[in-house]
Amino acid sequence: MIENRPILNMISHAVLILGVVIVALPIWITFVAATHDPVRMTQAPIPMLPGGYFWENFTQTLFGGGLSGTESAPVWRMLLNSMMMALMISFGKIAISLLSAFAIVYFKFPFRMGFFWLIFITLMLPVEVRILPTFQVIADLGMLNSYWGLSIPLIASATATFMFRQVFLTIPDEMLESARIDGAGPLRFFWDILIPLSRTNIAALFVILFIYGWNQYLWPLLITTETDMTTIVMSIKQMLEAAEQSPQWNIIMMTALLAMIPPVFVVVAMQRLFVQGLTETDK
Amino acid sequence: MASITMKDLVKAYGDTEVLHHIEGDINDGEFIVIVGPSGCGKSTLLRMVAGLETVTSGEISIGDKVVNKLEPADRDIAMVFQNYALYPHMSVRENMAYGLKIRKIAKAEIDRRVREAADILEIGQYLDRKPRQLSGGQRQRVAMGRAIVRNPQVFLFDEPLSNLDAKLRVQMRLEIRKLQQRLGVTSIYVTHDQVEAMTLGDRLMVLNGGYVEQFGTPIELYDRPATLFVAGFIGSPSMNFLPAEAKDGTLTLGNGATVSGGGHSTGAVTLGIRPEHLMHDENGPIGISVQMFEQLGANTLLHGVLEGTDTEIVASMPGHVSTGEGSVMRFSAEASVLHVFDAASGKRIEE
Amino acid sequence: MLKRVHFPTSLLPYLLVAPQVIITLVFFVWPASQAVYQSFLIEDAFGISTEFVWFENFAYLASDEQYLGSFGRTIFFSVCVAVLSMSAALVLAGFADRIVRGATTYRTLLIWPYAVAPVLAGALWVFMFNPTLGIFPYILEFVGIDWNHYLNGSHAMMLVIFAAAWKQIAYNFLFYLAAMQSIPRSLIEAAAIDGAGPVRRFWDHIFPLVSPTTFFLLVINAVYAFFDTFGIIHAVTQGGPANATTILVYKVYNDGFVGLDLGGSAAQSVILMILVIAMTVVQFRYVERKVEY
Repeated sequence: MIENRPILNMISHAVLILGVVIVALPIWITFVAATHDPVRMTQAPIPMLPGGYFWENFTQTLFGGGLSGTESAPVWRMLLNSMMMALMISFGKIAISLLSAFAIVYFKFPFRMGFFWLIFITLMLPVEVRILPTFQVIADLGMLNSYWGLSIPLIASATATFMFRQVFLTIPDEMLESARIDGAGPLRFFWDILIPLSRTNIAALFVILFIYGWNQYLWPLLITTETDMTTIVMSIKQMLEAAEQSPQWNIIMMTALLAMIPPVFVVVAMQRLFVQGLTETDK
Repeated sequence: MASITMKDLVKAYGDTEVLHHIEGDINDGEFIVIVGPSGCGKSTLLRMVAGLETVTSGEISIGDKVVNKLEPADRDIAMVFQNYALYPHMSVRENMAYGLKIRKIAKAEIDRRVREAADILEIGQYLDRKPRQLSGGQRQRVAMGRAIVRNPQVFLFDEPLSNLDAKLRVQMRLEIRKLQQRLGVTSIYVTHDQVEAMTLGDRLMVLNGGYVEQFGTPIELYDRPATLFVAGFIGSPSMNFLPAEAKDGTLTLGNGATVSGGGHSTGAVTLGIRPEHLMHDENGPIGISVQMFEQLGANTLLHGVLEGTDTEIVASMPGHVSTGEGSVMRFSAEASVLHVFDAASGKRIEE
Repeated sequence: MLKRVHFPTSLLPYLLVAPQVIITLVFFVWPASQAVYQSFLIEDAFGISTEFVWFENFAYLASDEQYLGSFGRTIFFSVCVAVLSMSAALVLAGFADRIVRGATTYRTLLIWPYAVAPVLAGALWVFMFNPTLGIFPYILEFVGIDWNHYLNGSHAMMLVIFAAAWKQIAYNFLFYLAAMQSIPRSLIEAAAIDGAGPVRRFWDHIFPLVSPTTFFLLVINAVYAFFDTFGIIHAVTQGGPANATTILVYKVYNDGFVGLDLGGSAAQSVILMILVIAMTVVQFRYVERKVEY
């Protein structure tokens, strides 16, 4: 700090605390709503302090049928679906990006640049701009209502490939030369040298991709029609619709809370990796 | 152990030829230094021997086997890189053992060899550390250890000392030389530092612009440089070059002074005299207008120009000399240490 | 681009790129080309016959008041989201950069909305602004505002803007803070010695120095507001009331999946693709510029 001005410091902290309050307020209200009984949640104004029904709401949401009076999978099943989808997307993206970046950086082969540009194209075609035809492809392949259908169309990623390409380019050439003199073939070099050297980048990317995968909404909405395949993030919308008839805000907000906890936990627990991943993939 | 033969070796990138018809025989157990300015192709040549660069045409043999098409791993060589190229995520022990592990050598044998190499290099206490926990000199030793454990036919060194500070460089230079003599492994060492080259090599290959200028022992190169380039490159401070006119065994310098030499040649030549061969002599033929002195302690370097011209000239004088700036001092040189080169081709003119 | 040394050519590199290339072809290139193809077709109401109509679908869109309205709304929405969340993030980062102790703590407390899915963000805000129960309508009633985003289009637009901006503050904050922390301390100290006070230093030095970040974030926020906010709209307003919050992405979905107008939806997709390509190009130009700094 340049100068010591206690008042300015107090203002700084005050502004930051105000910022934290604004950012945290929606979450606080969600949490509070999830700790009250349904009757209390129909009376305005809604409470601002936690009530004593957290545990009841928690068990009813997780193991009961979610909202009473609606057809839906139990919430634990949705959490499982979301987890499967998020993990398949993150591991899938990391795996295919590592492989293609390795090929593009360490091999010279005909059509290398062609492949590079083909991968680059994916950057320009988010799922939102090609929903109908992509849906048709999945339907034709019989992949509706499956984990494969949920994850595979989302695992091609130019950003991850670019990031690994960048990482590989910063690894000194002598690593490869020395490995070749040591007698390591391409796959051995990949496994013994490249993967260990990219460890933190892989972890950082995983954090980003897990959140990306977990939070997918439009895609699962399109290709899952069976309640068994619903993801937790999708279910919120269905509950909101149901809430218009019979509001059970305590259960909806508990579900929202459960849907938020895994990605929020990942971000907060792995903050350093998260920041690294974010700044690396987007630049 | 093995000899190495390079036959009519050419390297080209597209249409650009960077190494031109290199010839050279390296004897079993010999320590060869390839020396030259940056960009002369010396690293490329070494990497071709290693198998890291393809051969455009010509032949490289190690032992009596042509290795042009062999993978680096199959050439039975080991290489020490300028930046050491240690695997950062492996311990010193794992770094040294990696090549052996790939070759599926028994664990006990690997342990024995790593231990042995570590003892030779005195890095036994660092075996479980990661490269980043080591100093530059220690990393250098590990890189050499990695080469030694392999027990190869040939060691290749690519400017291995250039990342070290001056003092450590001198120390490691001696150690590399001792190690090579002890193990007796044929070695090729690339450097741009002529002092390193002179002190290390049994023979030196001087490369310039992709051509071999001269290939010989350090003393041969110093005493009888084949070209102007070698003459200027070997020796420190570097040789003085004075334009001269040769006729009937006499050389006439730019200011009219004459020196005997030049043999039977006639016409424009370049006279080369090393600074340490210029002797202070009141009656000497070479007059130098003194501009400044550089005191080095043991000797003094005199900087000036040939009297009456603007050809720069340096003389090395024993002891301390500090007076005489602005005046003219006279020097002579024995006929046996004069080097005469053809002015056009730069080739040495033999007497 | 490529290593100086590489492995000898073999079948291997093709096998290595195969998974990504196949997925890209099947799920990206083929659907995208289908979208382009369909955008030139009109299907009759019963889906029996299709007719190739060249640019008729595009011409129709260009004259469709609803589509043009949606376009304008999307731009308005994006600008509001970007300005709101970026200025909030800039202020917070500016103060967080100043304080010595606790910057990391504040960062931890500020970044996690990034992890909240857009549709969840929508759900939280729609709950807070629920006309009968929500805490904000309750407060607003005291100042005489009768909040109802189910009926009032401006209210609905404000609500989706709040929800979208709230979620994006974390991202913008992280990039601004990183940019500010990478400014050499000596430069700010020099400004202080020149007599510039904290506010002056911020506007004269820090803000101009983070301008590359501002530009970068502008593009990222635009892309976010254009494409990633589908969940918010879908959860909060479903484009309503009376299309007041129908942004382009929502319209593509709605016309295609709900209205089953394949040609029209495909033509909209093609326009969106062009927009993404334009933004990607701008973003990459920025990356190139950044290298020069």
